[in-house]
Amino acid sequence: MTQEMIEHIRNNPKYRQLVKTRSTFAWRLSLVMLVIYFAFILTIAFDPSLLGTPLGKSSVMTVGIPVGVAIIFIAFILTGLYVRRANGEFDALSRDVKAELERELAKEVK
Amino acid sequence: MKRLLVLLLAGSSALMAAGAIEGAVEKQPLNVSAIIMFLVFVGATLGITYWAAKRTKTAKDFYTAGGGITGFQNGMAIAGDYMSAASFLGISGLVYLKGYDGLIYSIGFLVGWPLILFLVAERLRNLGKYTFADVASFRLKQTPIRTLAAFGSIATVTLYLIAQMVGSGKLIQILFGLPYEVAVILVGVLMILYVTFGGMLATTWVQIIKAGLLLSGATFMAIAVMAHFGFSFEALFAKAVEVHPGGESIMSPGGLVSDPVSAISLGIALMFGTAGLPHILMRFFTVSDAKEARKSVFFATGFIGYFYILTFIIGFGAIVMVATNPHYLDVAGQIIGGNNMAAIHLSHAVGGNFFLGFISAVAFATILAVVSGLTLAGASAISHDLYANVFRRGQVDEMQEMRISKMATVAMGIVAIGLGIAFEKQNIAFMVGLAFAIAASANFPVLFLSMFWKKLTTRGAVIGGSLGLATAVLLVILGPIVWVQILGNAEAVFPYKYPALFSVTVAFVGIWFFSVTDKSADGEAEREAFEAQNIRSQTGIGAEGAVSH
Repeated sequence: MTQEMIEHIRNNPKYRQLVKTRSTFAWRLSLVMLVIYFAFILTIAFDPSLLGTPLGKSSVMTVGIPVGVAIIFIAFILTGLYVRRANGEFDALSRDVKAELERELAKEVK
Repeated sequence: MKRLLVLLLAGSSALMAAGAIEGAVEKQPLNVSAIIMFLVFVGATLGITYWAAKRTKTAKDFYTAGGGITGFQNGMAIAGDYMSAASFLGISGLVYLKGYDGLIYSIGFLVGWPLILFLVAERLRNLGKYTFADVASFRLKQTPIRTLAAFGSIATVTLYLIAQMVGSGKLIQILFGLPYEVAVILVGVLMILYVTFGGMLATTWVQIIKAGLLLSGATFMAIAVMAHFGFSFEALFAKAVEVHPGGESIMSPGGLVSDPVSAISLGIALMFGTAGLPHILMRFFTVSDAKEARKSVFFATGFIGYFYILTFIIGFGAIVMVATNPHYLDVAGQIIGGNNMAAIHLSHAVGGNFFLGFISAVAFATILAVVSGLTLAGASAISHDLYANVFRRGQVDEMQEMRISKMATVAMGIVAIGLGIAFEKQNIAFMVGLAFAIAASANFPVLFLSMFWKKLTTRGAVIGGSLGLATAVLLVILGPIVWVQILGNAEAVFPYKYPALFSVTVAFVGIWFFSVTDKSADGEAEREAFEAQNIRSQTGIGAEGAVSH
């Protein structure tokens, strides 16, 4: 990649938008996953009986089981959310950036 | 009572779930239906290898299956890498023994995946070619960075391989009645055949087929268990609590993770370790672009999560349907073959001899597929990183590089067989834990910062990464598993089983410090080069594409 290309891309507003929105989105989702997981594992470390509370009076099933299964589902859903937005909106932006770059470079050659 | 001691027994670490089976085992009578089904699998996979061999002409074909694997296929293959025989038998065995604690470990293994997707997957695909060292050394000095990355890869892969080989020898001994050495040699020879001739294409398809078989088998078992209880979880759990010696305690966390330091350290090891395993990272180079790389993680997370829910049901099913049936118990009332045989016995309980044979064959297939991926990752580090880029400084033609990688595969295979036999009677409990610790403390920090941190320099990466590696190794040796259980000392110098919290911190701080204090002109040039790298990692401009066949 030439220095000229780098400057072109860096100054492209769509590129800036792509980088900004995508990293904000990715870090937010990462934070959600980290907070959920560490909340879970620290609950186990500090107060395991909380997850051992039965769901109902006559029930054997404890709170921990739906919570655990929910974390598995959340992990999957978060990946789905990211993939949908990244493969749609972000990839479209990325294609625009590439197309604009090609146009600009072609213009300069003339 | 002869026991199959499994790494996942009480007090052992979660990291071992991906590991192996250890201790003395009793050889079983020859299991004919299992052997026939296994031979069918071997025949089919050798057929695939033959097909793949004809399509594996270039180094790109060999390392990345030509980059033409789809996101769905790659998701299956990644899930297959993760669903090792030991994690299938180990986690269901842990649920059988401890109930809820099995779920805690499953969750730990899963939550690294979303993070890999959000932060690593597409950058890796856009920057890399064959190995994760391509990415780490993108704007840094080739020789030192690749040497460090290759060393980290080979160490991780070898430790993992030993654990898998020893586990496979014992498992096959107990499932098929084959002698230990024969089992290890058989696994080694088949894996050499798959990888040398079929390269990544064969390795991937073997993994996909096995993942499909394992998921189908486990689904059948879970449905059979649920049908037994009229599809009521409440009925399943009620019966399990009634018959399990632990009673109601199996429905809540049982103290395997007791203090906050261990809890956080375990979490870090599982998350960052997964993102630093070379045999997992190399799978992101087999897809055509960032879009497919993302889809791979989506499917992989789904399959792995589904698989862990199945193992949870299977473990509880075994509590009720195996532990109460004298057919599966020895005179002392213990499960024959040890807790990790819970899923195997359950397969007999729900599907008779035929299904037992099927699950046994799938377990064997699982081992083969996982060791093949590991061997390919190790061989790539040797041929692509060390030989082509360090030793020959990149001045090497493709054919020569591919020849070296095939030689490296054969060498890795022979070493794996040798070590597998040498470690038969050794305590290998620390090996997978150490592999994860090295992956988290050496491979991951260098890879991660090379993609995210502009100010990273070669000096910082090499010194910090090496410090992380050394700390991880040292703390594992001084920790309770090696220092007390293996070396027989009274008290551990380092009190925690999981060193990741400390060794990862050392790595990040070391990399930061030796990067920011690097005032060299080379260091400055490396910082300057970040912008170009970042543009490629963000947009894929200039990234490696797929080849069409």
